Amino acid sequence: MSDMDRRKFLKIAGISALLGMGSWSLFEVVTKEHLEAFVEKYKTPPEAMHAKRWAIVIDLKKLDEKIMHDCIEACNRIHNVPQISNPKEEIKWIWKETFEHAFPGMEHQYMPEEIKEMPVLVLCNHCDSPPCVRVCPTKATFKRKDGIVMMDMHRCIGCRFCMAACPFGARSFNWRDPRPFIKEENKEYPTRMRGVVEKCTLCCERLEVGLPPACVEVSNGAIMYGDLADPNSEIRKLLATRYSIRRKAELGTNPCVYYLL
Amino acid sequence: MLEYALKGSGRYWGWLAFLLILIGIGFITYLKQFHVGLGITGMSRDVSWGLYIGQFTFLVGVAASAVTVVLPYYLHNYKKYGRIAVIGEFLAIPSVLMCMLFIFVDLGQPMRVLNVLLHPTPNSVMFYDMIVLSGYLILNLLCGWVILGVERKGSPPPKWIKPFLYLAICWAPSIHIVTAFLYQGLPGRHYWLTAIMAAKFLSSAFASGPSLLVLLCLIIRKFTNFDPGKEAIQTLAKTAAYFLIATILFYLFEVFTAFYSNIPGHKAPIIYLFSGLEGFTKLTPVMKICATLVAIGAIILVTPPLRKWEVTLSIGAFATFISMWLEKGISLVVGGFIPNPFERVFEYWPTLPEALIALGVWSIGFFILTILYKIATTVKENVVFDKYGEKQIKT
Repeated sequence: MSDMDRRKFLKIAGISALLGMGSWSLFEVVTKEHLEAFVEKYKTPPEAMHAKRWAIVIDLKKLDEKIMHDCIEACNRIHNVPQISNPKEEIKWIWKETFEHAFPGMEHQYMPEEIKEMPVLVLCNHCDSPPCVRVCPTKATFKRKDGIVMMDMHRCIGCRFCMAACPFGARSFNWRDPRPFIKEENKEYPTRMRGVVEKCTLCCERLEVGLPPACVEVSNGAIMYGDLADPNSEIRKLLATRYSIRRKAELGTNPCVYYLL
Repeated sequence: MLEYALKGSGRYWGWLAFLLILIGIGFITYLKQFHVGLGITGMSRDVSWGLYIGQFTFLVGVAASAVTVVLPYYLHNYKKYGRIAVIGEFLAIPSVLMCMLFIFVDLGQPMRVLNVLLHPTPNSVMFYDMIVLSGYLILNLLCGWVILGVERKGSPPPKWIKPFLYLAICWAPSIHIVTAFLYQGLPGRHYWLTAIMAAKFLSSAFASGPSLLVLLCLIIRKFTNFDPGKEAIQTLAKTAAYFLIATILFYLFEVFTAFYSNIPGHKAPIIYLFSGLEGFTKLTPVMKICATLVAIGAIILVTPPLRKWEVTLSIGAFATFISMWLEKGISLVVGGFIPNPFERVFEYWPTLPEALIALGVWSIGFFILTILYKIATTVKENVVFDKYGEKQIKT
């Protein structure tokens, strides 16, 4: 083989090899390795926390102004909750409400003012029988196996039927683009667009990586979380020993946020 | 038959042009809402449905009320309705279209509307509402068009249409019952949580629909040569009268239940609507006007001489229609949200853009209605005699 021929041969061989590689990746076969990599990518990490029925217990005795402020702050910061001053368009995941308004019907005129006016934290109750899920026409809001009532903000059509159905006022609608109202964006968590409903997700994204819900973490023990289905869980022990109430339990939605008195 | 819509007087074209301008204004305003979001409306976190959903609810009733004409004619062979059956069916078509448009303009993410079909959810009442509304639209288009077509040719209606006619009769109440179920099955909204909601919806629909038909018949007689017939108009007025009385009674049942039981949550929305709550009184004038119009409508429609004289009749029909519109189109929806789940009062009032969009949708409805009625009346003018050999044009 002459030099010339060799060069020509190598050239052609190289090009064919390149082409061959290219076509190989185009018509790639799914191998076991690929499947394993895929599973690995979407697998729940080993540190994820599991429960049959997540629930929240709020100790009203331990709540104070600072703790409440910290909880709301942490939640807003982590979840990119916009700070809209116009009360008409407010977005709220967890917020303060006075006792008499959070528990209407439980107050009476001889109750001390401090109790009536006592601020309590309110959030989505992650009801066991959620009316919002029942009415949603697209399954954009749904109940997970572990009891968390979730939102798919990409599927929500913004009909706001869930807001009419929720007896706790836990849902907010993005009446306009919320992004300009986010103080400091947390790049780890998605922002929302206008025209969709949102609410507390019980920090399912944190539970997945073994972290407690944000409000629980900064509450200094005033907010607890755990598995309601596990009789040995911390929260079950608390509910068995302390007097607790729930918001509007008479409506049968079975709210899973308990308040200790 | 569509060609009949293309030939008309200057007044006809002028009216259509006027409606087109309103549609244009509504459309431009909607583009703004599409761009900015529903923040341009008066709705809020606490009153999350308003004028749009109110109009939808009211118009479902108007659409369903076609049955008040179709049923006596097809089931009881009430001959006087022979001429106007199609007028009722053709009213249902733009009404259903307006319902759909009002749902559409109320959506936060209108581009995702097909998610309702993509992810059908049979536990949501909205799913059934979608089915019954589209079914009703098709049934009325089919029945109205076929019946008018055979009238034009002077032939008897084909046999195959009969099952559809009967189906449409059964279907009509279902659209309004399902719409009532959107509201009455929600826990914690005291004003809506009442078993009589569906019944009240039907009765108020069968008061407002025939009232509108009375007005439309009078207008048709004035502006075209087609005469819907004095007796048909009188029967429509009687239907409206009975159902208006039923509606008043149903409302009083609500008031009795709330106030005799003395349960604060049940009383609060009614107090808010009629006399204001915690100093918030935005809707009290609406309710006062509504109550006055109901009284005027009831007196006129129930009293025979006032009902028979067409000047007072038109006032009574107009009063009935507007009062039912105020009740269902505004106060029913807003009243359900006040007070809010925290027993606090946040009021609602539609904004100008919101009203313009609503007006645009109404104009689309009237535009379609005008075209359909133009076709129907032209057919009737050409045929001269109705099915029973009586002259159906003005002499």
